[in-house]
Amino acid sequence: MSQTVQTSVTSVDGEQGEPKVVRGLEAKNIHAWFGKHHVLKDVSLRFPERTVTGLIGPSGCGKSTFIRLLNRMHEFIPGAAMAGQVLQDGHDIYSPEVDAAAIRLKVGMVFQKPNPFPAMNIRENVLSGIKLAHLKVADHDAIVESCLTRAGLWKEVKDRLTATGGSLSGGQQQRLCIARSLAVEPSVLLMDEPCSALDPGSTLRIEETIKELVEKIAVVIVTHNMQQAARVSDFCAFFLADGGPGYLVEADATKKLFTNPSDTRTADYVQGKFG
Amino acid sequence: MSISPSVQATPEARELSVIFNRADRIFRRIVTAGALTSLILLGLIGTFLFVRSAQIFNDRGLKFITGSNWTAGSGDGIIPDDFSIGPMLTGTILVSVIALVISMPLAIGGALFVEFYATPKVRRVLTTLLDLAAAIPSLIFGIWGVVFFSSYGERWSDLLNSRFGWLPFIKVQNEVFGRSPFVAGCVLASLITPIITSVSREVFSRTPRDLVDTCYALGGTRWGAIKTVVLPFGKSGVIGGAMLGLGRALGETVAVYLLLNIVFRYNFRILESEGGNIASLIALKFGEATEYELKALVAAGFVLFLLTLVVNMVAASIVERSTRRR
Repeated sequence: MSQTVQTSVTSVDGEQGEPKVVRGLEAKNIHAWFGKHHVLKDVSLRFPERTVTGLIGPSGCGKSTFIRLLNRMHEFIPGAAMAGQVLQDGHDIYSPEVDAAAIRLKVGMVFQKPNPFPAMNIRENVLSGIKLAHLKVADHDAIVESCLTRAGLWKEVKDRLTATGGSLSGGQQQRLCIARSLAVEPSVLLMDEPCSALDPGSTLRIEETIKELVEKIAVVIVTHNMQQAARVSDFCAFFLADGGPGYLVEADATKKLFTNPSDTRTADYVQGKFG
Repeated sequence: MSISPSVQATPEARELSVIFNRADRIFRRIVTAGALTSLILLGLIGTFLFVRSAQIFNDRGLKFITGSNWTAGSGDGIIPDDFSIGPMLTGTILVSVIALVISMPLAIGGALFVEFYATPKVRRVLTTLLDLAAAIPSLIFGIWGVVFFSSYGERWSDLLNSRFGWLPFIKVQNEVFGRSPFVAGCVLASLITPIITSVSREVFSRTPRDLVDTCYALGGTRWGAIKTVVLPFGKSGVIGGAMLGLGRALGETVAVYLLLNIVFRYNFRILESEGGNIASLIALKFGEATEYELKALVAAGFVLFLLTLVVNMVAASIVERSTRRR
């Protein structure tokens, strides 16, 4: 059941030939366990640069587990184990000599619930990653402005950067979290149902933000909202777990997956027949 | 205040009534009674102490607190009774503060280790042990402290004196160590560290998981996550734990009674072999006290009672302020 997102190029290993060469992130034959519980079986997916990949599927099919594997957040859960490889520009991020913290700088993450650091104001929140990772930066103000701008929040908060993150609305808080992730300049941003706690208006703003982000980086978004996947993603991957561990049913260009999927289960799911 | 006549007056807010069913009513009475009981007990203790010691405050006024003598009179009026608790009051605070200064870093460090660095197995064992240690009677600590710290404490005191003797509160007049407020503070520290650690660990473990995850996701280390999220989140809880410990230290009797030479002189040099606290004074004098002296002891108890109340109130307001800011 291992499939790869169809792209124009198949070579990895950092070869730089034609301009459309895919560097980016690739998962190869990923398995995951919590204790003895096998939760994810043989998933292979590629996330090309400057694309949005949507991960869809019913609850409990391992989508969140999968994206936590992509930036080594999986290992924080007690009893968590994995097999397979995650390649970033051709290098296995699970090699023993790799510093997981450095990987997480390159592969950022936005969580389901908007969670700005409560003890910090807006500006400090944006800069928190730089402080946490001890990055040397010349111009803090420029970073605050550019990150908030990219996250689509600058105009709304530029006059109150010293207000606490908690004083913002839910949608604004989530965009602040996106800005916070951008400050350490990741090349991939993982989003785990970033809009599930937001109202439709805020959801739309986040989706616009995602479309702008993808001009520079790759975005991987887990969502339960099929319309959202159809709206924002270039590629889509459909996960399923029928009793056993979750697996990848089908991955393809979003348009094809929604209009002409190769698997009947995908067709049933995207048409809302189950899930 | 409005200038234009109000045609349609804003309606009064309606009174909303609540109907409790029978089970609710009964349960409500039980919990109300429970809450009231502790309040009433506190009030009764305070009143009892005050009534029994009123004569002392009446006779001696503020001098009871500021004076530094505890002399029982001869009874015939030739040598008058002279009771005051100044040095014991400052001694109480001094020993407790020493204990707190020593135990806080240990407790916070220990709690962070258990929660964030220990393996799950070690964490389970340590958590149980800590909660157990928090429940060990202070007498046990007192006896252990006398045996253990009278030798080690002397060495540490010597070291402190030779390195930091230039600090006024560490300097000693004659270099006889042991039985000092410092040693008593060490014993009290070992007595209160488990409870502070236990409470701190509990608070740290409540840190929202996604905030900690966010720190890691931003390329942070464990220490980064602790500094950025865990400590700010747990601050008020740690203060609460510290106040629990401080309350225990303020009222600690046996350990101090066994360890300190109770001397009625103001002493702020922590290595000097003299000191005492209110609780140990009461334990020391209670057995052979005359009727008037007994009243003085009750008055000392009343002062201690007030001191703990004030400490707790200050702590509560600190906790409240630090949580409100969020």
